[in-house]
Amino acid sequence: MKPCADVIVIGAGIIGAACAQALAARGLRVLVLDAGLHGATAAGMGHLLVLDDNPAELALSKHSLQRWREIAPALPDSCAYRSNGTLWLAANAEEMAVAEHKYQVLRAQGVACELVGGPALRQREPALREGLEGGLLINQDGILYAPATARWMLQANGIEQRQARVSAIEGNQVRLDDGQWLSAEAVVLANGIQATDLCPELPIEPKKGHLLITDRYPGSVTHTLVELGYVTSAHNASGPSTACNIQPRPTGQLFIGASRQFGTTDPAVEGWMLARMLKRATEYMPGLAQLNGIRAWTGFRAASPDGLPLVGRHPRQDGLWLAVGHEGLGVTTAPATADLLVAQLFGETPPLAAEPYLPERFLGVAACA
Amino acid sequence: MSPEQTDVLIIGAGPAGLAAALAAASSTARIVLLDDNPLAGGQIWRDGPQAELPEQARSLRERVLGHPNVRHCPGTRVIASAGPNTLLVEDAERGWQIRYDKLILCTGARELLLPFPGWTLPGVTGAGGLQALIKAGLPVRDQALVIAGSGPLLLASAATARHNGARIVRIAEQAARGAVAGFAAQLPRWPHKLLQSFSLFDRQYRTGTHVLAALGSDRLEGVRLSQQGNIVEVACDRLACGFGLIPNSQLGQALGCALEQQALAVDGWQATSVAGVYAAGECSGFGGSELALVEGAIAGHAAVGEHPAAQALWTRRARWQGFARALNRAFALNPALKALATADTLVCRCEDVAYAELSGHVGWREAKLASRCGMGACQGRVCGAAVQHLFGWQPSAPRPPFSPARIETLLCLEDISS
Amino acid sequence: MPELILDGRPLRVPDGTSVAAALALGGDGCARTSVSGQRRAPLCGMGICQECRVNIDGRRRLACQTLCRDGMHVETRP
Repeated sequence: MKPCADVIVIGAGIIGAACAQALAARGLRVLVLDAGLHGATAAGMGHLLVLDDNPAELALSKHSLQRWREIAPALPDSCAYRSNGTLWLAANAEEMAVAEHKYQVLRAQGVACELVGGPALRQREPALREGLEGGLLINQDGILYAPATARWMLQANGIEQRQARVSAIEGNQVRLDDGQWLSAEAVVLANGIQATDLCPELPIEPKKGHLLITDRYPGSVTHTLVELGYVTSAHNASGPSTACNIQPRPTGQLFIGASRQFGTTDPAVEGWMLARMLKRATEYMPGLAQLNGIRAWTGFRAASPDGLPLVGRHPRQDGLWLAVGHEGLGVTTAPATADLLVAQLFGETPPLAAEPYLPERFLGVAACA
Repeated sequence: MSPEQTDVLIIGAGPAGLAAALAAASSTARIVLLDDNPLAGGQIWRDGPQAELPEQARSLRERVLGHPNVRHCPGTRVIASAGPNTLLVEDAERGWQIRYDKLILCTGARELLLPFPGWTLPGVTGAGGLQALIKAGLPVRDQALVIAGSGPLLLASAATARHNGARIVRIAEQAARGAVAGFAAQLPRWPHKLLQSFSLFDRQYRTGTHVLAALGSDRLEGVRLSQQGNIVEVACDRLACGFGLIPNSQLGQALGCALEQQALAVDGWQATSVAGVYAAGECSGFGGSELALVEGAIAGHAAVGEHPAAQALWTRRARWQGFARALNRAFALNPALKALATADTLVCRCEDVAYAELSGHVGWREAKLASRCGMGACQGRVCGAAVQHLFGWQPSAPRPPFSPARIETLLCLEDISS
Repeated sequence: MPELILDGRPLRVPDGTSVAAALALGGDGCARTSVSGQRRAPLCGMGICQECRVNIDGRRRLACQTLCRDGMHVETRP
């Protein structure tokens, strides 16, 4: 079979797009196949944030934020990139202790951040309720509009896009649902939650999330506001959970999240979950209750068991590479994922240690080197 | 807070909703009649300081609103489904849930508003839109008006405007003269219907004429028309332009009701494909207020189990369905109307998305993500219908909130009892 | 004859007048400024298009479906 490109990338979301762009930048001819399904890139908040639940997550998100800052000047307006900072909110002394710990960890890693006391918090964000303990501002976190950013990335020279559903993968060959086989030097699987349709062995589970966006109320919020309870409620709970996450869009609208549910693939907006999520947000910002919500929707995060993505060679399929399982951090970590993937494909030393993200941690050691 | 309970919940207090309420009230059923307008009557019987209601409307309204079994909730919108047979609604003050045994959708129709250069200028409205605004007190005395688009609504709108002192400088009907004349010739078969306003002999009425552009910089100053093949410009203060009606089927669709063409599909009892949910009036297909009245009455009787009373109205319904068919045939839209928008014409007025940003996409969802078209407060009610007409894209199914709603109202969804 | 406050100025209107009509009776008829800076006035007149969104007593509401009331504060958005 004659190769149709140097690399086939499956999935035109933010991860597939970043990988394709990085591969094309190395002079490779890249074919991007996308089934046109509703993915996490279109559904998510586009929050760019440093997270430090573990050293590997911190390393990946920190490197990626740096890469976004380098990319930012080239992004068109439609990508709506802003470096507005994340303000982590501590409701009580216990959460403030978490903020202080985070502060130490991030400072040690050279991440610009500042602790904010209770009174100063409301000076910075007057819409927050009185009585919050304080917060931690991560100055260089940001936001962007991920669908437009993915599209911009895919406009790079050397990238061909095709709307097609892949029905099977065998190493460096893929079969489209019309029966046609395509091959390339390498195939990169970057189709998020749909990855298990093609590789059932991947330990990826859908984690449903709800979001709501308000009408335009310019100037009401500056930073992305996230409760520190998020660290515990969202990551450690197995049942449905919500956390306050309020993001000001450049349009003056507010994005309100976040919810997490396992064990469902039903995309319907569920009223009780939406209400629970909004209630949490109004507990931090009471004035939200009087604003109009204009749209609500859901999406599915592709969650791996340890919360880290799978980036690297598929240990049991020669020619197949993985860039999946980013959960809620796909937009944040897309450039770093692309760096890791390209370095491994070219046999180079990656800009950060690749080991924590290698697929063999779940799939066993490579059978073929 | 526990939901309000009712036997029959009627959404929409236009002719269909009022007739449904009156029919259902002849039983002992408790009825809640909900409408997002501040006054009952719908579009055709909209009341206000500059409205003139027909006697029939006045008396029906009085009988319904004065009926002890009927609770009228004006200024109230449906926001979401809140579990089986339960809707979340909102008025200016609060949000609450209503649980019903039977639901009758009388959600009416809206105008098809198609984009053309200048249509976002202040001074440009829908055709029925202008009529509604005038009835509610919009001053038009001594203003020069052009009314354009398609259908008998243009003449009804012109009549209201004239009555309130406006000067009608042109009525531009896109349909060809032959089609309209054929329709007019059939009107004697349906006495009373529209004859008071429908006249081909209005001095300013032109068939085969459609708008090309609204002219002006900060507000409307004139209109460019394609008038029977010639291009003419007319100075005016207002342009009222609507290209016929599209059914408000979103709520029904969200509840799972099947559609037929774009309307809610119903059987002989006006029952939709969902058990216990009925539809009547324009949301189940166009036909004007007489058809809406008879459909509403059938739905109201059927919802309370009075099937003989409902069936007795079938002949009358069939007669007005004939009128609806003649109407829809006569005013079919000229394909040239798909070419009105130019590259920089805004299609989505909420997000200011131009035509050029949409053309070339394969479908609604993709175009929406790429351009933000339809992501604004109207939730694609205006631009979604326009792109369906222009590009044939199917708008996505409605999701809650069905209308912009206070977050406080959405919090009421937490106590869903399933 | 209710008297409302439209963008800070008192305005008396006939009973039953909608806020949409009041915008024209007491101002330039416009309700809002669009994303790209255009002034916009009510379009559909029947609660669909959302062009007539204004702030009424601190809440965003549709001018075409709201009747003027005594003491009501209406702000069109600059």
